[in-house]
Amino acid sequence: MERIPILKMGRYLLVSIQVDMDDRTALALQDDLTAQIVKHRAKGVLVDISSLDVVDSFIGRMLANTAAMARVLDAETVVVGMQPSVAITLVELGLSLKGVRSALNIERGMELLQSVARDTEAETADAADEE
Amino acid sequence: MPQTKSETVPVRSTSEVVMVRHMVRRWAVEIGFSIVEQTKIVTAASELARNMVDYGGGGVVVLEALDDGIRRGLRLTFEDKGPGIADVEQALRDGYTSGGGMGLGLGGARRLSNEFEIRSKPGEGTRVMIARWKGAS
Repeated sequence: MERIPILKMGRYLLVSIQVDMDDRTALALQDDLTAQIVKHRAKGVLVDISSLDVVDSFIGRMLANTAAMARVLDAETVVVGMQPSVAITLVELGLSLKGVRSALNIERGMELLQSVARDTEAETADAADEE
Repeated sequence: MPQTKSETVPVRSTSEVVMVRHMVRRWAVEIGFSIVEQTKIVTAASELARNMVDYGGGGVVVLEALDDGIRRGLRLTFEDKGPGIADVEQALRDGYTSGGGMGLGLGGARRLSNEFEIRSKPGEGTRVMIARWKGAS
């Protein structure tokens, strides 16, 4: 089975999905990502789907689940680069990807991740000050 | 309906679901579907092919390129000899699932198609036909 590579950059994990994944590959990516978040104590995950010309309910669910699991593990997820035709189709399919942050491209996605990570750090620092 | 091309392919595994997506994409491009039309029918095909693998024990998909002289289209028929669906109305409702899925497959595939037809008999199997026409919304 194919495995999607996960890159580590500082406190962030980067994934660029370049192939049309079958269901098992998608599930393996979800498992790998959650394991890597814990291993590297990552604060954020950026998933680039600009090469995907189809996102069906299974892949959509994988993205939503990954974001939910990451949040429980104190990391934020941003999905970047969704093609317009994919967005139109997802909405008609009935999948709103609630709880998944998105950005137009990798650059904006990284900015979003960094600002979210800063906010949560500031909150943590405030909470520590109050104690 | 005059059919310009037809092909039957087996779908028994998730990797064959990916193959179906690629094939439907190729045919949709050949017919001249817009990128949104292509994406809609490929996504619908992916949902229905996965249903056959997950619930029907695998099956076949028949691809047909259609041309009635005025419009061009693509018809896909998914047929399995699985346990069938006892309550088709319920299965079409969003959120209903008998497995671990999201319950968007059937209803979603219907919304993404111009034509949709389902026939199922418990114990005998399920047959779903969808069609899209070039230029139809």
